[in-house]
Amino acid sequence: MLNQKEILSTIEMIDQQHLDIRTITMGISLLSCCDPAPKRACEKVYEKICRCAERLVKTGQDIEDEFGIPIVNKRISVTPMALVAGASETEDYVPFALALDRAAQSCGVNFIGGYSALVQKGMTKADERLIRSIPEALARTELVCSSVNVGSTRAGINMDAVALMGRTVRETADRTADRDGLGCAKLVVFCNAVEDNPFMAGAFHGAGEAEKVINVGVSGPGVVYHALQAVKGQPLDVAAETIKKTAFRVTRMGQLVAQEASRRLDTPFGIVDLSLAPTPAVGDSVARILEELGLEVCGTHGTTAALAMLNDAVKKGGVMASSSVGGLSGAFIPVSEDEGMIAAARSGTLCIDKLEAMTCVCSVGLDMIAIPGDTPAETIAAIIADEAAIGMVNNKTTAVRILPAPGKDVGGTIEMGGLLGSAPVMPVHRESSAAFINRGGRIPAPLHSLRN
Amino acid sequence: MNAIVTVLGQDRVGIIAAVCNRLANYNVNILDISQTILQGAFTMVMAVDVSKSTASFGELKEGLNGLGAEMGLSIRIQREEIFNAMHSI
Repeated sequence: MLNQKEILSTIEMIDQQHLDIRTITMGISLLSCCDPAPKRACEKVYEKICRCAERLVKTGQDIEDEFGIPIVNKRISVTPMALVAGASETEDYVPFALALDRAAQSCGVNFIGGYSALVQKGMTKADERLIRSIPEALARTELVCSSVNVGSTRAGINMDAVALMGRTVRETADRTADRDGLGCAKLVVFCNAVEDNPFMAGAFHGAGEAEKVINVGVSGPGVVYHALQAVKGQPLDVAAETIKKTAFRVTRMGQLVAQEASRRLDTPFGIVDLSLAPTPAVGDSVARILEELGLEVCGTHGTTAALAMLNDAVKKGGVMASSSVGGLSGAFIPVSEDEGMIAAARSGTLCIDKLEAMTCVCSVGLDMIAIPGDTPAETIAAIIADEAAIGMVNNKTTAVRILPAPGKDVGGTIEMGGLLGSAPVMPVHRESSAAFINRGGRIPAPLHSLRN
Repeated sequence: MNAIVTVLGQDRVGIIAAVCNRLANYNVNILDISQTILQGAFTMVMAVDVSKSTASFGELKEGLNGLGAEMGLSIRIQREEIFNAMHSI
């Protein structure tokens, strides 16, 4: 039987601690849309997405109304587009991105992910065409998100693809320079990409997934932060227990919403993603949780250890609360989307090297980090290679979503608005990595015995 | 279907009467009421049965929100499942 205290604590979490469902994402397979005629294939893509997801937004709003829990985003992920477009006799893949954008606008969702290619071991012609079309596709669409997987623990790292992605990120920033390089906020480079991730910009509907599926991502840094205030100064195992209990509650709510959405949309339930996803709002920050644990500013010595504990406790608490956990599941550390991270980066305490260390112990990677606009493509590729190496060796997903700030240098800020937030431009090393990147080839898959 | 109505705000004469009246107009049956003054704030939690309600859930929510706005209170209605999910295994 419910008691008044429990009911009021839930309401306080929603009202004052920013508890929400971050996203309901419908994954849709587009493999049935392959067609030798590109125009026909684009029509099929548009029709199938609209047919599958026409009730997604309305259903999300209904659940929001009835349960009184905000559902911030309703989104769609689709089969990696290189697999679909590869069947068409064309070299121009931009019309496929435009079809995705139109479908997303018609359904009323706020992002669609899956303008993607998986090239960890090698690139097909279709993969290469898709990657080369990314800058134009992201400049000409509003809601399309793109991702490319360049490495995996089993395949190693495709360094030719890494070099190409360095140039692609650069070009994407240049093509959207009038909007502070916004295109790069919708482009993720992965190692060990997962097939059921509901979060953007890296969501795509993997080839091993069902026809359509509902995945849900929860949120709750504010709730964890608030819960930790009740155990100030106590040992870290007490803090870990507190985080676990909070993560359990948050995830139970995600599971309920996922099941309800799955039933109403007559679409199988896929996974709940346990990630702690921050927003730029004050009180909804992962950095502030780390500071609550006793660090003066996020990024100082001890940050990696604190984050490792937080990340693990979130998973332990969440895993029992859901019948199926997947996606990225961990603490996110996107700089521009986290008020505390922005402050720490501005103060100079949080630097890219420290962020890289932090990504060894949490999901997902170097995320939403602004760098000087004149950073060479090879340096960007080298940043991607470093991050992919961490993922490859540690058997985890890592990603790079980096934002070259057109015309700006350290001290400047780029503004993207909404959930994407704003990012202070952070310094990168000026010494060249070009000769390393220009070697190309592959970094072989790592040995998984003799572990040290 | 059961739902939870919560009313929070500054205490004044007639809050319970107004909320109960509004629920009766919608043919919503009240199963349980618990009311207290928590740190100076009027706090009421009601369990209600909305299965015979004459209004849809959305209309109920709008109606109660409207009443809350008139009286300077926060009044909300949420399906019971969300609280069960979060607080019981």
